[in-house]
Amino acid sequence: MTESDSIINQLEQVKIRVAQALDLAKSLGADDAEVSMSRQQGLSVDTRLGEVETVEFTNDGALGITVYKNGCKGSASTADLSEKALSQTIQAAVNIAKYSSVDECSGLADKELLAMNPKDLDLFHPKKLSTEQAIEIAKQCEDSAMAVDKRITNSDGATLASFEGFKVYGNSHGQLVGYPSSRHSLSCVMIASEGDDMQRDYAYSVSREFDGLDDAEFIGQQASKEVLSRLNAQKIQTKKVAVMFRADIANTVFGHFIAAISGGNLYRKSTFLLDSLGKKVFPEFLTINERPHIAKALASSSFDSEGVITQDRTIIANGDLQTYLLTSYSARKLGLTTTGHAGGIHNWLISAKGDADGGDFDAMLKKLGTGFLVTELMGQGVNVVNGDYSRGAGGFWVENGEIAYPVSEVTISGNLQDIFKGLVAIGTDIDKRGSILTGSLLIDSMQVAGN
Amino acid sequence: MNNVERELLADSQIDDAILNKTLVSMFQRNVDFADLYFQASRHESWMLEDGIVKEGSYNIERGVGVRAISGEKTGFAYSDDISPGALQKAADAAKGIANAGGSGKIKVFHRQTVSTQYQAIDPLTSLSQENKINLLHDMEAHARAQDKRVKQVIVSLSGVYETILVAASDGTYATDVRPLVRLNCSVLVEDNGKRERGSSGGGARTDYSYFFEVENNKARFLFYAEEAVRIALLNLVAIDAPAGMFPVVLGNGWPGVLLHEAVGHGLEGDFNRKGSSAFAGKIGQQVTSEFCTIVDDGTLVNRRGSINIDDEGTPGQYNVLIEKGILKGYMQDKHNASLSGVKPTGNGRRESYAHLPLPRMTNTYMLAGEHDPKDIIKSVKKGIYAPYFAGGQVDITSGKFVFTTSEAYLIEDGEITSPIKGATLIGSGPEAMKNVSMVGNDLALDAGVGVCGKDGQSIPVGVGQPTLKIDEMTIGGTQ
Repeated sequence: MTESDSIINQLEQVKIRVAQALDLAKSLGADDAEVSMSRQQGLSVDTRLGEVETVEFTNDGALGITVYKNGCKGSASTADLSEKALSQTIQAAVNIAKYSSVDECSGLADKELLAMNPKDLDLFHPKKLSTEQAIEIAKQCEDSAMAVDKRITNSDGATLASFEGFKVYGNSHGQLVGYPSSRHSLSCVMIASEGDDMQRDYAYSVSREFDGLDDAEFIGQQASKEVLSRLNAQKIQTKKVAVMFRADIANTVFGHFIAAISGGNLYRKSTFLLDSLGKKVFPEFLTINERPHIAKALASSSFDSEGVITQDRTIIANGDLQTYLLTSYSARKLGLTTTGHAGGIHNWLISAKGDADGGDFDAMLKKLGTGFLVTELMGQGVNVVNGDYSRGAGGFWVENGEIAYPVSEVTISGNLQDIFKGLVAIGTDIDKRGSILTGSLLIDSMQVAGN
Repeated sequence: MNNVERELLADSQIDDAILNKTLVSMFQRNVDFADLYFQASRHESWMLEDGIVKEGSYNIERGVGVRAISGEKTGFAYSDDISPGALQKAADAAKGIANAGGSGKIKVFHRQTVSTQYQAIDPLTSLSQENKINLLHDMEAHARAQDKRVKQVIVSLSGVYETILVAASDGTYATDVRPLVRLNCSVLVEDNGKRERGSSGGGARTDYSYFFEVENNKARFLFYAEEAVRIALLNLVAIDAPAGMFPVVLGNGWPGVLLHEAVGHGLEGDFNRKGSSAFAGKIGQQVTSEFCTIVDDGTLVNRRGSINIDDEGTPGQYNVLIEKGILKGYMQDKHNASLSGVKPTGNGRRESYAHLPLPRMTNTYMLAGEHDPKDIIKSVKKGIYAPYFAGGQVDITSGKFVFTTSEAYLIEDGEITSPIKGATLIGSGPEAMKNVSMVGNDLALDAGVGVCGKDGQSIPVGVGQPTLKIDEMTIGGTQ
């Protein structure tokens, strides 16, 4: 039996367990129930300064159950799948439902929205990898990083991780679905110093397929290039300037947008984008498409965490908000229908048309002209209720389209509504390592606090 | 046999002989140290929103983590099944890190007795289900009664009962029972179409009776509700924060998150062994102003960050990190202590059996100074006063850190004036701490809400400090 067989076998066994748990919940008095279980196992190897530092064998998973009885809800979870533990867990959930309140909006997702026969999205590409092979790759990565420059004086190591696992979901509407998936990553954190200045930075690659990872040497060199570029940074003057978010952190801007149009914040009236459906939130040139079914993509999924089928959606068309991001519960609270966003979004493609299509990174720098290129953000200073934004930032001062010097220890601030509307251009230098696929973003003006 | 041994070992047919055999099997390889970490926890949470108890959950977790150390190398495997078979399988995987040729010898287990900072109680059963629900409702009613602009109240209550047992090749054999409770109130206020949120809460290593205890003539849970409303209303009238360099006065208690970020992480043993911290190699040197004495203290009674033993079985300790500005020592777990030739300091902590122990903080605070807090405010011509924060982050290599205010005011001509909106403060740890020019006589600890993240592991911690003044920091406002 190969390792990958074993994941498929486990998945089938867990499906049986989930079906049993659903039956058991009914027999213990639940009107409805839903059960989810995910499992992830694999290997993670750290090397540092050419030596192995940690070899970690991962094996995580837990089964969660939610029961509904007379309109009341109770949840419980366990990692122990023995019959005894399962029955105790379900009993615990039923007991909690005795004390929670009747909530007419709670309950399973509507049956007609469920993915009964979900599409296979080709997310499972396990790699048979020995510990020795993994160590070799991590070492290679770090070695090439160390060789870049004599100012690379230390390392926080390279990490190779290779995981495979599965997700199973079932409910008392008769849905029982699951799929296996894999995830491989290679990262490297380097330290550079010159005089009194010491800096760290990293590079990484992540993919469903092992062969989809960037070369170890490339990642190592990239990490060193990044950290070297940060040496001898300066503060800049406190003033309003044009700001460019480099592609690898530009996703954070849309991350705040996601929070602002999420059902939970909407029904709680805790967002600055309340009642904004159909209204202009971004400039005319911007479109956001969601594509949940891209084969092998990192944020692909045929169904959400409530079993609801996912589908292609336009989130923003010509700057206008087309949909909120809803779960069954938040949809019912708002008198709408779920959009299949329980558990998050699925592959957002951000695009710009006309002059706002800013071209590659260098072309974007030219568009920025003179201003602040942000490559690092720190802290959580974002208030979704009113849109206030204030975060620590580092990056580069850019003059006439050329990087002039590194910048650190400053903040950027403003209001997210103005930041969204102040978008001027989006680059084609798209970072594909996450759920939000965007290029660099150019914002007309933000407040920088420095000297 | 104590209850922890019964629950974690005996019920799974594991005894001393099996623990010993497992460790010895790892020492057939060239292993310097090995440990077995058993853990079981039960966690419950309740949430009330819009006047109804919307959610409740109950989670059971159990498992064992097995670690083998050979030189600087660590092998680690774990299982959510506590059984002799699963234990041996994890041990076989973990020892793979080491070459052949071990002594096969380990030390005899020594059952430790340690002084206790908190009691071995189960918070989950300390209050009936009905009374847990009543607590949520009472808190909501109290929050709503504060002001008619309160439009929404969310109350959440959680309790954890955790037991751990560590057995190690160096003879360590220790158990601990760790209760932890947490209560929080979050409100939304609305006035003329403007909405703001405020939130407040607390917790401790004890049972739910903590929230009914009277402090300053008021039961704690009522105080949390009032605080949440007060902060939300304040945000309604807050003006834009300034942008640029200003003097900053930090309030006592929770603003100690400054110490956690600006110095605490940088003094963790792993970063200093590797030379990746801005504080590496600086023991004996002046690293803050002379007014600062900073400790990490796992021994405070019932505190959220306290530990009877750390997750390697070392008793919780009172460690002076910085004394009158001079760096005294780092926080160590066994592995980094041994590689650095020093003693472990009781700071080896892990999120769970499925995570490796790392040098981590417990309760980190600055000792009281001599100034009257009023005089500290008076000394500032134009600056900000920040008594509450939302959280922070640090880059331990460059020393740059941030933290974000959730309650702050302008100081104008020595007086606290307008409340200002949340803003991020940024600085360099060593520089900011050298700019601490006044320290108050009003040391306080936080209310028991701290969560610290490192390498993807979250653990409960505490912070504290007296009111203090930093002569210059960058304030990330908009004006």
